[in-house]
Amino acid sequence: MTEPAGSRPAPSPPVLVMQGISKSFGPTRALQDVDMEVGPGMVRALLGENGAGKSTLMKILSGALRPDSGRMSLDGRAYAPSGPLDGRRRGVSMIYQELNLAPHLTVEENIMLGRETHRWGFVRRAEMRRRVREALDLIRHPEVAPETPVRRLRLGLRQVVEIARALTEKARVLVMDEPTSSLSREDTEGLFQVIRRLADEGVSIVYISHFLEEVRRVAHSLTVLRDGRVTFSGAMEGLRADDLVRLMVGREVREIFPRPERCGEEVVLSARGLKGRGMQAPADLVVRRGEILGLAGLVGAGRTEALRAVFGLDRRERGLLERNGIVRLRGGPRLMILRGVGYLSEDRQGEGLALGRSVADNLTLSRLEPYSRLGFLRLRARGREAGAWLERMNIRARSVEQPLESLSGGNQQKVALARLLHQQADILLLDEPTRGIDVVSKTQIYEWITRLAAGGKSVVFVGSYFPELIGVCHRIVVFHRGRAVADRPASGWDERSLTACAAVGGA
Amino acid sequence: MPRNRARLRSVLNWLGPFVGLLLVLAIFSLMPEVRDRFLRMANIKNVVTQSVIVALGALGMTVIIISGGIDLSAASNIALSSVIVAYVINAGGSPGLAVAAGILTGALVGLVNGGLVTSLRLVPFIVTLGMLGVARGLAKWIAGNQKIDAPLTWVNGLMSRNPEPSWLVLSPGVWLMIVLAALLAVVLRLTVFGRHVFALGSNEQTARLCGVRISGVKAAVYGLSGVFCGLSGVMAFSRLTVGDPTVAVGLELDIIAAVVIGGGSLSGGQGSVLGTMIGVFIMAFLRNGSTMMGWPNYVQEIIIGSVIVAAVALDRLRQKRES
Repeated sequence: MTEPAGSRPAPSPPVLVMQGISKSFGPTRALQDVDMEVGPGMVRALLGENGAGKSTLMKILSGALRPDSGRMSLDGRAYAPSGPLDGRRRGVSMIYQELNLAPHLTVEENIMLGRETHRWGFVRRAEMRRRVREALDLIRHPEVAPETPVRRLRLGLRQVVEIARALTEKARVLVMDEPTSSLSREDTEGLFQVIRRLADEGVSIVYISHFLEEVRRVAHSLTVLRDGRVTFSGAMEGLRADDLVRLMVGREVREIFPRPERCGEEVVLSARGLKGRGMQAPADLVVRRGEILGLAGLVGAGRTEALRAVFGLDRRERGLLERNGIVRLRGGPRLMILRGVGYLSEDRQGEGLALGRSVADNLTLSRLEPYSRLGFLRLRARGREAGAWLERMNIRARSVEQPLESLSGGNQQKVALARLLHQQADILLLDEPTRGIDVVSKTQIYEWITRLAAGGKSVVFVGSYFPELIGVCHRIVVFHRGRAVADRPASGWDERSLTACAAVGGA
Repeated sequence: MPRNRARLRSVLNWLGPFVGLLLVLAIFSLMPEVRDRFLRMANIKNVVTQSVIVALGALGMTVIIISGGIDLSAASNIALSSVIVAYVINAGGSPGLAVAAGILTGALVGLVNGGLVTSLRLVPFIVTLGMLGVARGLAKWIAGNQKIDAPLTWVNGLMSRNPEPSWLVLSPGVWLMIVLAALLAVVLRLTVFGRHVFALGSNEQTARLCGVRISGVKAAVYGLSGVFCGLSGVMAFSRLTVGDPTVAVGLELDIIAAVVIGGGSLSGGQGSVLGTMIGVFIMAFLRNGSTMMGWPNYVQEIIIGSVIVAAVALDRLRQKRES
């Protein structure tokens, strides 16, 4: 295990103190009497399941929300930000889980947005370019060109830009909310080095993540929230991952990977030399009945693009795709859905779900036929069915008519998954299905996947957390720079060999 | 207590859209200068009849705006359709044929809009901005750059204030508007097509992912809106008794304003038929009241402009409180 960042005894006094913070939304108490402090150059992990109050606490810290009661101080002085901008000026910077970038602006413009250096109102490009380069070098991403428009970057690289932006701010306290959820392992290692460097320079860091191994490596101390209260606060030393899970959920839950049953031989989907727009090279893919196939690789290795080409979301340029007979290259998502294929997008908020629409709408949109008679919807029947799915999938929602945006991330993801099951997909293409959701939801998703496979459905699972792939899948294909470079049964991989193969491209 | 409050809130939410209209009616009913004339049946009938043309256009626009689009060519389409109706009658065609031709023209223009939006992948703003000019130009060309006179037929009775037979009370055009509004509300709320329209406006990518035929739905949305414009054109002809290619210039903005006053969101995914109809009547009664008060035109323009912004701002506020 690596040493935690800048491991030296915490010199008093703490940089950030939060005391007795409470916040209610209507009748729900989001936070009750929460205390937290972070010393200079210390990394404090903030843990809790989805809905435990982490986001609310961080919004209060950033100034986006005001607490009902409680006090905060920064460097010994009272700190009551009037808004996020004030918070930033006082030295509290956030890296949000959901990206906050202007897609049409370049990397440089995004990083310097609102803090452009100028003389007489004219932007000083050279000076800005220098600072941007510095920041990108610092997080080991010198390959990102400052003049690239952000919309041309993949999700993983956009996060890199987000982090670079926070780095160019002279932050005293840096809050990182799931900073690695879309980063590859390589980028994650790079980020850890950056965190250590920042810590050495005396920056205090609040680190939120669902990756418990990461948290254990990077944080000195931790605060655990459960239902809006602090249930543990103390040093990280001596705690195992199991302990962290127990503290979060209040009971013994191990990150269990249910062993999948043996899969069938019958090929249910095959792609030969399939090349979609956005793929660097054609790919072959074979999926068998009841099989869980993992696609491993670094962010940007071409796994998402391969899935999108199979589903017809990106235009297919050439190759042969077979699923219940040959699929014509121009066939889009609708055709694939009719042939029993479902796709779960990695971009839950932007593409996967219509957040403004109700739970029921999102759940049933891909298959309204059972409720339609001559084009008219039987809303009551649909509502009943949606309600049954909420129960079956353990989705916490007040009603099926509730807008989806009022659900927590984990519950939104479950709705997206429920949609695939509701549309009776036999082949589920899941792109990062466990990104940014809590341990309990994750475990549930693993269990579903295994159960579905045992029931004869097939799953293609794109994941960046390799223990997860090794634990759940029958077979793992590794992508490297746009090509599938290795294909072995999961038992033939371990974390180290998988990591090496994804990074280097050879087995 | 909380249940009562919840019920009160749901009543208020339901009433919410009406508040603006009631406010307008209340203000003019209290003005000493006009109060005996304003709320008279004759005046109300007058205003409602005058609203038909905008209302029909706005019904179609509601669907487009919910789907995340916009149609700037609506008013030009209305003018073109009305010219076609006059042209056919003038050329000796039967009134029934003329009406059918007018509606078909509207539908065609709508379908072309939809086809261009989906096939060229241009934003609807640009496509329909182009169509605004093209349709208006066509109307002037067909009409030979002047009004087309046409003999009086039953078509002209559609917008009459004193309908035959008299038990209709309101003109046939008004009844048509009411029936179509009800139908459209049902379509939007209760059909698969309606769900697809809302889903498309809320998040087009999600709709695509879920297998919604994006191009088909868009074509249908613009085609449907075109039918409404065609009908509106028939009504415009009915009222003017001539085919005037310069009718309804700038009316597309009134139509769009009615939809947004009624809670439609220009970013898509939101809007309702009831809201749109209320938006139409808010503007109509404002105009009518101001005219009765003898306020000059520029005052009306200022008032209506302010009301548009205020109404939408209030609506946003109400929604915020709801959530």
